[in-house]
Amino acid sequence: MIKTDILIIGAGPTGLFTVFEAGLLKLKCHLIDALPQPGGQCSELYPKKPIYDIPGFPEILAGDLTSNLLEQGKQFQPGFTLGERAETIEKQDDGSFIVTTNKGTQHHAPIIAIAGGLGSFEPRKPKLEDIEKYEDKGVAYFIKDPEVYRDKKVVIAGGGDSALDWSIFLADVASEVTLVHRRNEFRGALDSVEKVQELKLLNKINLITPAEITALHGDNHIEGVSITKEGNTEILEADEFIPLFGLSPKLGPIGDWGLEIEKNAIKVDTLDYQTNIPGIYAIGDVNIYEGKLKLILCGFHEATLMCQSAYKRLNPGKKFVLKYTTVSGINGFDGTRKESPKAVVKAIV
Amino acid sequence: MQDVVIHITDREGETHKVLAPTDMAMNLMEVLRSYEIAPEGTIGVCGGMAMCASCQCYVNSDHKLNAMEDEEDAMLSEAFNVKDNSRLSCQIPITEALNGLEIELAPDV
Repeated sequence: MIKTDILIIGAGPTGLFTVFEAGLLKLKCHLIDALPQPGGQCSELYPKKPIYDIPGFPEILAGDLTSNLLEQGKQFQPGFTLGERAETIEKQDDGSFIVTTNKGTQHHAPIIAIAGGLGSFEPRKPKLEDIEKYEDKGVAYFIKDPEVYRDKKVVIAGGGDSALDWSIFLADVASEVTLVHRRNEFRGALDSVEKVQELKLLNKINLITPAEITALHGDNHIEGVSITKEGNTEILEADEFIPLFGLSPKLGPIGDWGLEIEKNAIKVDTLDYQTNIPGIYAIGDVNIYEGKLKLILCGFHEATLMCQSAYKRLNPGKKFVLKYTTVSGINGFDGTRKESPKAVVKAIV
Repeated sequence: MQDVVIHITDREGETHKVLAPTDMAMNLMEVLRSYEIAPEGTIGVCGGMAMCASCQCYVNSDHKLNAMEDEEDAMLSEAFNVKDNSRLSCQIPITEALNGLEIELAPDV
């Protein structure tokens, strides 16, 4: 079991900055995120977009902000459980919590900081009758292991980068790859679009546009899909169907943790951003309170106050005053020390 | 600068008549959010970058709107419940030309 002082759910900017603020108080952090990389929306949705309202940065790319936050916190050696979604929470007799992910990874911490943004990113599922019935029986929204598709007849639906990239990749793995998209144009990198065209000419990708998958067929496993093109529907034999229509955030299982929820967000006390369950905090875009603004800079502020409260909760009665990094420097958990150089060397006589 | 009137049919089918300012650089999605026409977290999820289609609407009046740019067009090509009159409301700036506009929110997916 993974043990830490503060278990942060969500590795977006607010979660990453929590690592730094907690580190100054000698509290160790571990982060869980459903995405395979840290950064949250900043790295998943818009890494190349500039942000203009981070104090001190007239302009910074979302991806660079993520990198900087990781760099800023790295001496505090955070742990990461990535590509897994926090699923259940169990309160222990001593007031601490065990959080288990959808893959069964267990984490034990006295403090939970939910920094889940808009929620965990889940695949957008096409509205097809019985699609749930075929999940893991020929229908998958993510490709975890490409070998599953070896020598299979695969149908991919979608028009973005992931649909293009996986069609290209699976062209060499599957026995047959069919890419179905509602339009003739694709929303992807130019070289991916060109590569798909090239593979189409080589008969390695069967490209069907403008068309849509309109029904799924099969008894206990996908055996075929209906493809409707310009009003005509045909059934294509298929072993696997992969709809790739992007991700959308959902609050998900956290919504069932007994936390007070309002407007799809977690209610907190603005004193320290604690929820209705003592020891569980909610910071950043996932929380709500009177006057809430969903801004990264507000998430940073909330993380800072939350860490002070967590320290007091973990060390009742122990004296502490806020320190300034310029004065005290930073002592990393990895043995490193950062400090400002002494300006005055010798008095002038 | 005058406020404009916009008629919005929400996801439950109820129509709202709202006033939208033309001098605050707002887009239609932001107006929908400011009037809480749909629950937070179900509209404008990406913040207005034409990256999620949660603010998709159907334009039911014949107002001349700003032309669709590539990002919006591409997002709509992947979204669900798309019709010929679909637009991403985050890509429609509020101008005086929108007075009397009639829209309907697309279903939440």
